[in-house]
Amino acid sequence: MSTVGVGGAGGARVQIEGVHKSFTLDGRSAPALIDISLEVQTGELLCLLGPSGCGKSTLLNIVAGFLPPTGGRVLVDGSPITGPGPERGVVFQEYVLFPWLTVAQNIEFGPRLMGVPAARCREITARYLEMVGLSEHATKFPVQLSGGMKQRVAIARALANSPSIVLMDEPFGALDAQTREVMQEELSRIQRVEHKTIVFVTHSIREAVYLADRVVVMTSSPGRIKEVFPIKLPETRNRFAPEFTHYESEITRVVKEEVAKVHE
Amino acid sequence: MSTVTDLVQWGLRGASQPRRRALALRVGAVLAFLGLWSLASGLVVLLDLFNPIFLAGPWLVLGKVVQLAANGQLWEHVGATLLRVLVGFTSGAVLALALGLPAGHFRAVRNALEPIVELFRPIPPLAMLPLFIVWVGIGETSKITFITYATFFPMFLTTVHAVQQVDPLLLRAASSLGARRTQLFFRVVLPAALPEILTGIRLGVALSFFVIVISEFIGAEQGLGYLINDGRNFFLVPQMLGAAIVLGLLGYGGNALVVLLERRWLRWEHPPSA
Amino acid sequence: MIRALALVAFLIVWAAVSHGNRSLQAMNPILLPTPGEVVAVAVSLARDGSLERHLLVSSLRIAEGFGLAAVTALALGVLVGLYTPARLAVEPVIEFVRPIPPLAFLPMFLVWFGLGETSKVAFITYTTFFPMFVGITASLLRVDIMLLRAAASLGATRLQLLRRVVVPAALPGIVVALRLGFGLAIFVIVGAEFMGADAGLGHLIMEGRVFFNPAQIVMGALLLGIFGSLVNGLLLAAERRALRWRALR
Repeated sequence: MSTVGVGGAGGARVQIEGVHKSFTLDGRSAPALIDISLEVQTGELLCLLGPSGCGKSTLLNIVAGFLPPTGGRVLVDGSPITGPGPERGVVFQEYVLFPWLTVAQNIEFGPRLMGVPAARCREITARYLEMVGLSEHATKFPVQLSGGMKQRVAIARALANSPSIVLMDEPFGALDAQTREVMQEELSRIQRVEHKTIVFVTHSIREAVYLADRVVVMTSSPGRIKEVFPIKLPETRNRFAPEFTHYESEITRVVKEEVAKVHE
Repeated sequence: MSTVTDLVQWGLRGASQPRRRALALRVGAVLAFLGLWSLASGLVVLLDLFNPIFLAGPWLVLGKVVQLAANGQLWEHVGATLLRVLVGFTSGAVLALALGLPAGHFRAVRNALEPIVELFRPIPPLAMLPLFIVWVGIGETSKITFITYATFFPMFLTTVHAVQQVDPLLLRAASSLGARRTQLFFRVVLPAALPEILTGIRLGVALSFFVIVISEFIGAEQGLGYLINDGRNFFLVPQMLGAAIVLGLLGYGGNALVVLLERRWLRWEHPPSA
Repeated sequence: MIRALALVAFLIVWAAVSHGNRSLQAMNPILLPTPGEVVAVAVSLARDGSLERHLLVSSLRIAEGFGLAAVTALALGVLVGLYTPARLAVEPVIEFVRPIPPLAFLPMFLVWFGLGETSKVAFITYTTFFPMFVGITASLLRVDIMLLRAAASLGATRLQLLRRVVVPAALPGIVVALRLGFGLAIFVIVGAEFMGADAGLGHLIMEGRVFFNPAQIVMGALLLGIFGSLVNGLLLAAERRALRWRALR
């Protein structure tokens, strides 16, 4: 909770220490995550990659504080988390905007909760509306927006609360291919300004290589960490550069092994 | 009220209970209710609060039901009520389907029928009961036609809505596979509309038990409604409560029957694995 | 437009059939009152002020009974929706009592509360409570857990979750439940006034049967229908205004 402060930029360090998670169904307990240990550095964008059902979203939900781990713990800047908190913003795949609030009201939801004065709220809202290019849609309701616009609002809503960490659960998974690439470009542009610590869950290898400082590949269920790839590419990335393709094919090879296991 | 941590983990529903425990809780709650009821009626007797006939305990009520069942009277009344409901409801359902299916399918039929139905719908059906009595007399016919009238509306409207809601893409898909008009209707429209139609049928069943009571209050010599009203004239509270509970059981049974049909016919909606 | 046309068409058919019946004597003309006769009954009742009295009596009973039930259903529904142990205790009992058609309890209420106003108000309260309670609880339990998660991750406290997420998210369902409850109140007031009442629209209808005056029955039924759809229309309009965010496209 140390870095909370509206309007501030910059990230925090996340330590995931020996996290286990199992779910009980009809009295039987099934493991979903086994011994996950990871450290996400301040300002780093880390992608969690793995076959569907491998528990990457579960891990993100644990870091968000939505689910308690069965074992192990998660630390933010050295102190263990006990539940959700405003220093960890979350962007969901299904947007999860408050349908009864306008675009602007959605964005200022967090600051208003903190009791930020109205004038300052307006400033913050205006800034993030502009950052995601929705200034003209401020008074619309979520039902009036396209999927891509909704996700922009969701990102603005998370950032307007000035979290030090942003957790993104397949945020572009529901968008069409073109919109998806545009959103990736926007996210990487925003990140160059905001320098948040970001944990980004995806099952798209291309997306991971485009965005990440490091890519963590997980095994198929129950999820373990299989391999970690640091991506040493310039900040502005070219999807057609040979280095890019090189990372892509290398990670693809590792992921394929896991996908194949699911179908055995 | 739960903590934030609980709320984000389970939502407002709370953690789901294991099956055994959930069942035990339900039975426990109903038993506790019956216990409280006995206690209240016992206290009335013990403390001499008011005439105890006004609050008969559950055992007295059960005893009365058993007695009526043993001497055969109960079955007579149950039979009369069931017969009226069965005939009245079935005619209502047949009528609702016969008009509702075409009205849902053909715009012209819908435009002709729906406004008239909408005209009558706001009138509480009970307000029409005396008219039925005046028209067809106080006998069986008025009771049966009244149930038909009352149950027709919700079943007709849900049927129309159900057919209208059928995804046009399904129709396109079927006709591109070579389905002819009648095939489209029986093989696509009907199965696709069935879930909502059955919901309407369930409403109709509930409504028939809802309205049969009052038409048996007014001029009947048989039926559970008669039993209740007869009890009122002589302050026979156990008889009134007993008949009401039996009526509830019948309604519950009717609902269960439709649920059973839903399970059979709509297996695709809830496959056993999920 | 179509509805207005249908109304006109229906009136024409009704007038034609009833007047035709009059001249052909197909059945006793008293049994099939003409629109004019129905209006005449209404006018004569309105003249001596009794129509106003019946309307007022019925409205008051509905308002009191429904109001009491709405308040109870809201209080208990919120308790049960937000507090799981309360739900586990209350829900089975409600499900146990609910299959019993409420009208079956009407004579019970007459025995318990006498023939006066109390029995009618109490009966409407009892009847309308169940669907409203069930609807309110269901709309609370349906609140999407993802909305709660989104708000909690923006720093909402328990109270803020309640006020800023649960209430607005459940509101549409709650409003619908209240509207259904009101419809039911109009439905059952008639039954309650059939039995041992000396005023009210239901009583007026029953009087029409006892004195063999179908025109009065039809008039009472029509008045109830008009009254019901007016209030329903008002409630719907209020609902649309309050929940503008749902309808927009």
